[in-house]
Amino acid sequence: MNQPNAEAPLGGADAMIAMNHVEKWYGEFKALTDINLAVRKGERIVLCGPSGSGKSTLIRCINHLEGYQKGEIRVGGTKLGDDAKTIDAVRREVGMVFQHFNLFPHLSVLQNCMLAPMRSLGVSKAEAEATARQLLGRVKILEQAEKYPAQLSGGQQQRVAIARALCMRPKVMLFDEPTSALDPEMVKEVLDTMIALAEEGMTMICVTHEMGFARQVANRVIFMASGAIVEEAPPEEFFGNPRHERTRRFLGEILHKH
Amino acid sequence: MNYTLDFTPVIEGMPALLMACLGTFGLALGGMALAIVIGVGGVILRDSKIAPVRWLVKAFVELIRNTPFLVQIFFIYFALPLAGVRLDPTPTAIIALGINGGAYAIEIIRGGVQSIGKGQIEAGLALGLHKAQVFRLIVLKPALRAIFPSLTSQFVLLTLTTSVASAISAYELTSVAQRIESDSFRSFEVYGTITLFYLVISWVMMRFFAAISTRYFSYPVK
Repeated sequence: MNQPNAEAPLGGADAMIAMNHVEKWYGEFKALTDINLAVRKGERIVLCGPSGSGKSTLIRCINHLEGYQKGEIRVGGTKLGDDAKTIDAVRREVGMVFQHFNLFPHLSVLQNCMLAPMRSLGVSKAEAEATARQLLGRVKILEQAEKYPAQLSGGQQQRVAIARALCMRPKVMLFDEPTSALDPEMVKEVLDTMIALAEEGMTMICVTHEMGFARQVANRVIFMASGAIVEEAPPEEFFGNPRHERTRRFLGEILHKH
Repeated sequence: MNYTLDFTPVIEGMPALLMACLGTFGLALGGMALAIVIGVGGVILRDSKIAPVRWLVKAFVELIRNTPFLVQIFFIYFALPLAGVRLDPTPTAIIALGINGGAYAIEIIRGGVQSIGKGQIEAGLALGLHKAQVFRLIVLKPALRAIFPSLTSQFVLLTLTTSVASAISAYELTSVAQRIESDSFRSFEVYGTITLFYLVISWVMMRFFAAISTRYFSYPVK
């Protein structure tokens, strides 16, 4: 485990995200063990592993929705400390898409996309609206701009959530099981949106069990178990020749299901 | 039962009674405004990082909800002047109503805030909004929507409680009615009439709240 990536030295100049020896506990329970991960600009990482393996916890540390006790996380060169200033700075550069969309129910689709750019970045209303319309168009949902989240299907809501995150013009996008709460027929529209985003060169870290997506867009697939990174490899190698027994067992279970 | 109804004093006192309704509305609106400020502020402070602040809010809620309103208003009106704080009946009544309603509002609004999923807060934070912005822009409206029926029935109760302010002769419907009654001894007619007035006032309040609800809380939810 923890093979240093030859192309991207940990914390190197071109690392968009660098996690060095990160450890996290929930009381007595160790949620993350010695996490080392470097993500370069434009890289697409897929994180997989059994539930409770720490994948969500890992990406939630990157924008400090979860704190950590040991080690260091750098995002675009900014060291993520405990002070509100760096946390806010990092959050403005890192977009996140959640399993349950988490759209704001009292705001229209358009307002959902305009809120943070206006309130957090301080862009004008006109500019925020122009950006929102452009990105809603990009996720092919512009015609629903005036509707409220509850009036949309799950897949539509998740595409809005992607657009909402993109409106902040983030440098990195984190996806936390973005298709797990969707009805099967809606998974594709969300994955297609993510694939398009990947093709445009967005740096992405995706926690997902969509192995087809991993094969198609990931530069590296990372397998986690019990809070540690067990295996890390390009998709061909990861799926074709997994080295660790736990990875093989996991892949056996998950690919069998599909 | 040889009582003969005589509404003459009521009819003669009608302009005064109608004007007094405005007094009642004034006390109610002032009390509600203060109760909302105390309610929202109290909810924020109740989850303060500073433990003594949390205790103070909790103690305030317990104190107010477990003591009679009449005693509270007497305390402000008769006891505080001994400590150098002397207020007229109307400000006293508004403050007492606001404090009393606020204590209930804290508990009600808190319930609403707790009904908002953690995911909403995380989504706001992940977008770079500060905690205070998340509360104001994301949590507050859905929280108020969730508890609006409880909050408004509390406010109707507050409106009716304005009648207690007659005990310190604040200008409102019951105190004016009392005066007419003591001049005329037409208890049945006078109190029967203001009973109807209060009914109408409550109804107007409820329509007012329903209009607010339609205006601000009509976004669709699943």
